[in-house]
Amino acid sequence: MTLTLAILVPLLPFLGALAGLASGRRAPGLVRPLAVLPTLASAVLAVLVLAKLGAKGHLDSATRLTPTGGLPISLSVHLDGIAVLLAVLVTVVATCVQIYSTAYLREDPRYPSYAALVSLFTAAMLLVVYSGDLIVLLVGWEVMGVCSYFLVGHHWERPDARSASIKAFLVTKLGDVPFLFGIFVLATDAGTFQIDGILGAAAAGRLHHATLAALLLLCGVAGKSAQFPLHTWLPDAMAGPTPVSALIHAATMVAAGVYLVARLEPVFLLSTAALVVLGIMAVITMIGSALCALAQDDLKRVLAYSTVGQLGYMAGALAVGDRDAALFHLLTHGAFKALLFLSAGVVIHAAHTNSLTAMSRMDGLRRRIPDAYATMGIGLASLAGLPPFSGFFSKDAVLTAAEHAANGDALTGGLGPAGNVPSWLGWTVLIGGLLTALLTAAYATRLWLLAFFPVRRPAAEGVVEVGAVAPTAAAVAALASDEPAGPVEPAAMVGPLWLLAVPSVALGLVGLWPHALPDWLDGVSLTPSSVTWPIATALALLGAGLAWLAWRRAAARVLAEAEADAAAAADPAPLLLGPLLQPSRNGFGVDALYDRAFVRPVLGAARLVSFLDREVVETYVQGAAGTPGLIGRVVRRAQNGNTQGYLSALAAGVVVLAVIVAVAQ
Amino acid sequence: MNLAAAPLDSTHGFLSPSGAEIVFVLVGLGVLGAALLTVTTKQLVHAALWLVVALGGLAIEYLLLTAEFIAWVQVLIYVGAVVVLVLFGLMLTRAPIGASPDADSGNRWLALGVALAAAATLVTLVVDAFRCTWIDLGTVAGSTKANGVSLFRYWVLPFEALSVLLLAALVGAIILSRREKKEP
Amino acid sequence: MHLVFPAVLAALLFCVGLYGVLARRNAVLMLMSVELMLNAVNLNLVAFDVWLRDTLHSGQALTLFTITVAAAEIGLGLAIVLLIFRNRGTADIDRVGRLTDGDEKADDDEKPGDQKADDEEMEGVG
Repeated sequence: MTLTLAILVPLLPFLGALAGLASGRRAPGLVRPLAVLPTLASAVLAVLVLAKLGAKGHLDSATRLTPTGGLPISLSVHLDGIAVLLAVLVTVVATCVQIYSTAYLREDPRYPSYAALVSLFTAAMLLVVYSGDLIVLLVGWEVMGVCSYFLVGHHWERPDARSASIKAFLVTKLGDVPFLFGIFVLATDAGTFQIDGILGAAAAGRLHHATLAALLLLCGVAGKSAQFPLHTWLPDAMAGPTPVSALIHAATMVAAGVYLVARLEPVFLLSTAALVVLGIMAVITMIGSALCALAQDDLKRVLAYSTVGQLGYMAGALAVGDRDAALFHLLTHGAFKALLFLSAGVVIHAAHTNSLTAMSRMDGLRRRIPDAYATMGIGLASLAGLPPFSGFFSKDAVLTAAEHAANGDALTGGLGPAGNVPSWLGWTVLIGGLLTALLTAAYATRLWLLAFFPVRRPAAEGVVEVGAVAPTAAAVAALASDEPAGPVEPAAMVGPLWLLAVPSVALGLVGLWPHALPDWLDGVSLTPSSVTWPIATALALLGAGLAWLAWRRAAARVLAEAEADAAAAADPAPLLLGPLLQPSRNGFGVDALYDRAFVRPVLGAARLVSFLDREVVETYVQGAAGTPGLIGRVVRRAQNGNTQGYLSALAAGVVVLAVIVAVAQ
Repeated sequence: MNLAAAPLDSTHGFLSPSGAEIVFVLVGLGVLGAALLTVTTKQLVHAALWLVVALGGLAIEYLLLTAEFIAWVQVLIYVGAVVVLVLFGLMLTRAPIGASPDADSGNRWLALGVALAAAATLVTLVVDAFRCTWIDLGTVAGSTKANGVSLFRYWVLPFEALSVLLLAALVGAIILSRREKKEP
Repeated sequence: MHLVFPAVLAALLFCVGLYGVLARRNAVLMLMSVELMLNAVNLNLVAFDVWLRDTLHSGQALTLFTITVAAAEIGLGLAIVLLIFRNRGTADIDRVGRLTDGDEKADDDEKPGDQKADDEEMEGVG
């Protein structure tokens, strides 16, 4: 029974996608039900599975369709606490996104294919979550890659969307090739593709190439979960529609990498080298992305970099051996990041721009979209890790895990030897995490202030935020003038916001309750340790305060110079970052570096190949055709049917022969 | 070369030609000139007439070589019959009266080269081979009687075969040039 | 008489005839040049016969045969030329390069542009 329900969970969105693709053009009325209902049903089913399986429940079932040679590949379902929890997250977020999209993309002519692809994306993620076989998991993994390509390139009329989709596809594939080999290495050592079998082999010490396999798998994880060397696709993927960003960032694509490492955590725990690589990668990712997020002007790019940073937290937790903390953060992050993106969609919808600078000059956003204002506040508070929002608890679980690892007793939950996690790695992750907490709070505050608190010129009406300190300035930006009260956002857009706001606030408390969440996971306590949480909270408050102060100073300066420079924004980032501003805004030049290191050589090589093909190879081809043609033409001249020509040649030959004979004698 | 040694005596001086030799050379030059005009003139009918001159000159050369029967046959058949035939041919193919500028084909320069090369080779070889050879013209070598005797005594069979050939050529020429009746 | 004189005359006459055969456009003129070549051979035959004093008079007998054959040849040749002229409307030897039986009109019309068209065709292939 549970099995049937579990199989239906990924199957329903898949069938919905097929039906949507098949009927989208012919029956436009069916598109919306076909998009929402299967996802909704599968969300209900996922909750049912969760309830039926119960804490610490396990369900494994496999059926083999056909013999596949040496290593059997089977369609198998592996349900445990992690899988069912994540399935609930995926389906809930996907449902919210689908409902939200019905309103957000109401006028879009390509909505049917969009909705079908979102369903397919969801189905693929659910396949990854439920699969008990690495090859089947890989299928879902790659289908997600394709779906992200299509969805990021949804507005394919725009060149940036096209290049972003290609970039997303290529960068994730770049990681997927070593990933595939990592799966092969694992399966060769364990003799099976079954995750259970692999974990059993890891426990029995039969994995002889754990480090190699773990490092290869890490490449794929870095690609999918946008970790440091391969993170560049995620900010660019903002070219897609906002609900897609929510789906990719919260529940599906990027969660897959973390989920996979969590599933195979015992394998990673066998190899100190892999853990170190993962940890260093995570720390670089979180600090770098937080700095980038602080400097971005595009609302969605800020959120994208914040996703990269939060994924860094999860990777850091995995690196110090605590997958419970990672999954806890994955769940809460899924909730508040989906919330953030969806509310950002509302904001962008209302402001008609992505730019924070433009928003900072825009009046009345708060009044026009009160729901988005409130829910985005919740999401940002959760992101910044302010108590008692969910992000606080999960982030602190990560920091606690790092602290334990730094003290030499990593919280591995019995999955592997704690001694394999070096204590300096724990320190690194801890310090990186704390620093990131500061930065995260800073950029969350900056985003909040810039988006919703316009710098008012004194001449403008009403509430004076910062304007009290400003001299009288007549300059009123055109955008700041009174706009008619914007369109009331439809319920289909607002409803999901509040639906997601609930877990964003409350999910963290579940972690406190010792028999709720930990029982579904490995039973490691998720309660914040008394050492880290005051420090983290203090740092977060400090970051927020610094951002606020910087914002005030920037605003004051803007007002002072308003007449000189009407386009200036009250952006606190220059003050906070100083000389780091420009590199941060450019993503620390990683893209430029890749451009120089890979793109240009490849383009050069392509040009060379094209040159060789056109000028050299084709010359041979042309020559092969031309030479016989030329010879033919010459020879044909001789065969012109003119008897006198023939006779001349004949006579000349006779003369030559005669001369030869005469001379020879 | 060994044949050349036979009639070698001191009576023949290289630079003291006899009267017959002088006449031969003069007539030969005329023949050659007429032949050149035959192959170069732009007027087709003139070419046939220059051919008459060349062939007639050759008949004189035969006489000088004491082959009188051949000479007369030459006059009769070539000058009399062949040239008339050629003239008929020209007229029947509607050869233009007067100069025709395209009498020579584009092959001309190649032809000239080949001909000059052939001439150089042949003359070199012939002069080299027969530098010191003289013909004894003391007795008539080609009288009608002598020719008739040899022809009907030793060459009867080829002679008869030739008559058959002539007949065949006659029949062939008639069939070739006969206008076929139009099929109804 | 010096043998070189008739021999050289024959050689030169032959070459003049050769030139005529190769260079003349009109088929009748070609035949005339052939006659010149045959006469050069005849002159050689007679000269060598006189020089060698052959008892069979083979040189002069062969000369007679040659003259006869030449007569037959010119008769047949002219008949052929006539036939060509009647079929193709021309007796120019470089205009009858085609071996087909085709009608003379098409051949005539086609000839001037023929080479060029073929060249273009070759360009297209190249």
